[in-house]
Amino acid sequence: MNVLIDNLPDLLSGFGKTLALSAIAGVCALILGTILASFRVSPVPVFRAIGTSYVNIFRNTPLVLLFVLFIFGLPQLGITGDHLFAFAAAAMSIYTAAFVCEALRSGINSVNVGQAEAARSIGLTFQQNLSLVILPQAFRAVIPPLASVFIALVKNTAIVEAFGITEAAYQMDSLVRDHPQSIYAVFAGTAAGYIIIVFAISGAARLLERKLEVKR
Amino acid sequence: MSNVLFDAPGPKGRARQRVFGTVGVVIIVAFLGFIVYKFNQSGQFESKMWDPFVNPNVIRTLANGLLNTLIAAVFSIILALIFGAIFGSMRLSTIAPIRWIGTIVVEFFRAVPLVLLILFIFLRYAHAMQGFFDSIGVTDVMDNLGLGRSQGALASLILGLTLYNGSVLAEILRAGVNSVPTGQREAAYSIGLRPTQTLRMILAPQAIRTMLPAIVSQSVVALKDTSLGFIVAFEEFVRSGQLIAANPTLRNYIPMALILGTVYVLINYSLSKFAQYLSNRQQRKTKLSPLKDPALAAVGPGAIK
Repeated sequence: MNVLIDNLPDLLSGFGKTLALSAIAGVCALILGTILASFRVSPVPVFRAIGTSYVNIFRNTPLVLLFVLFIFGLPQLGITGDHLFAFAAAAMSIYTAAFVCEALRSGINSVNVGQAEAARSIGLTFQQNLSLVILPQAFRAVIPPLASVFIALVKNTAIVEAFGITEAAYQMDSLVRDHPQSIYAVFAGTAAGYIIIVFAISGAARLLERKLEVKR
Repeated sequence: MSNVLFDAPGPKGRARQRVFGTVGVVIIVAFLGFIVYKFNQSGQFESKMWDPFVNPNVIRTLANGLLNTLIAAVFSIILALIFGAIFGSMRLSTIAPIRWIGTIVVEFFRAVPLVLLILFIFLRYAHAMQGFFDSIGVTDVMDNLGLGRSQGALASLILGLTLYNGSVLAEILRAGVNSVPTGQREAAYSIGLRPTQTLRMILAPQAIRTMLPAIVSQSVVALKDTSLGFIVAFEEFVRSGQLIAANPTLRNYIPMALILGTVYVLINYSLSKFAQYLSNRQQRKTKLSPLKDPALAAVGPGAIK
């Protein structure tokens, strides 16, 4: 227990990095995923094909492999310098975007067909239909699945531990190696940190869902 | 749904779509071209980058890595199914304390990052497990097969994957059993079956069929997650590829990642298609609709990985 208290600053700075990485990757993945989702329902067949292949490729690739590609591979292309954090964030965004896209698409599919038909019948174009009628409703339906995507994102950031980013899992690793006798306390403390983040996200999602709920 | 979002295009609309399509293709081709240009510029297409993939030693190492990945995946899926069955039925129990224990265990393992779990098991128990496998001779057998001697790491990986995927499968089981019409349970009670018998003889067999697609998708997740063996230096597919690419005269990380990625996508894509096929078959045959991922995701944290 003392080990935890003594090394609290390290652990907290680790969780700071975890949160920073999750936030950056989360925002990027949300933007990229929304674009991809609109590709997947687009009237233009080529865009649909692009969206589908993106999702199929990145949803079926292990994240670890993407980290290897970005963190070890990109410097081989002549991109040098201290970009470890940026590379990790890019890999996470690209991976998570595929899941955001699928969550959004399922949300778009869950909007009542009558809404889209009504929008078409008053002469809205595809872009107007999507941005004014469908997506605002779809975003409400996808809050729970999007929340689990972001929870998975936070948990996945722990993988960068193996690549030397000093986030929470890395701190646990080094703490345990320094103080092997207090492994249970260190594990419990770190796990508790993650559990708090996970429950905060699902709590926020439930709050948001209730706030945005519309009687239909 | 996608065809309700827009009217069937007329001649003008089709022409416009062709323009958009062409522009889209040009942009994508330009982007891919830029990547290819960058690859070419930094010598990624040089033969020395790709030569290793026809070298029998490299192929053998990669094949052993893939075998290790598959071993870890198969064992963790089987153990996770057992774990999921036990804790899933605990969560469905009519005895409150048993239900609470099930809930705590399942929620805990789903909320803690898998990396953390594997690391903890590895740092605490890998040594003991390695000793156990050494003493019963598994290590020597696997080493002779070319699968390496790190059975402690393998066991940590399998254990971690079992706990996480087992918890997710427990939730799948719970959702599946709850999707069986209540009349079934009531009928079972009315002919005098006990709760355990009801679950085992009436509800579970019906639930299994709706659960099958979700179980197969979860197997894809487990297979992908075996790559976390990387963290405990277990020589699975990604790790063995990375070790080969780390050769200072070679450093062919990009060709390596492309090839490993292709293998993963092929395996996982066919598994996903299989899940989709099961799900479609399910929809045709019975009234019970199969569990969809978003519905599961709504149940709690960490449904995707």
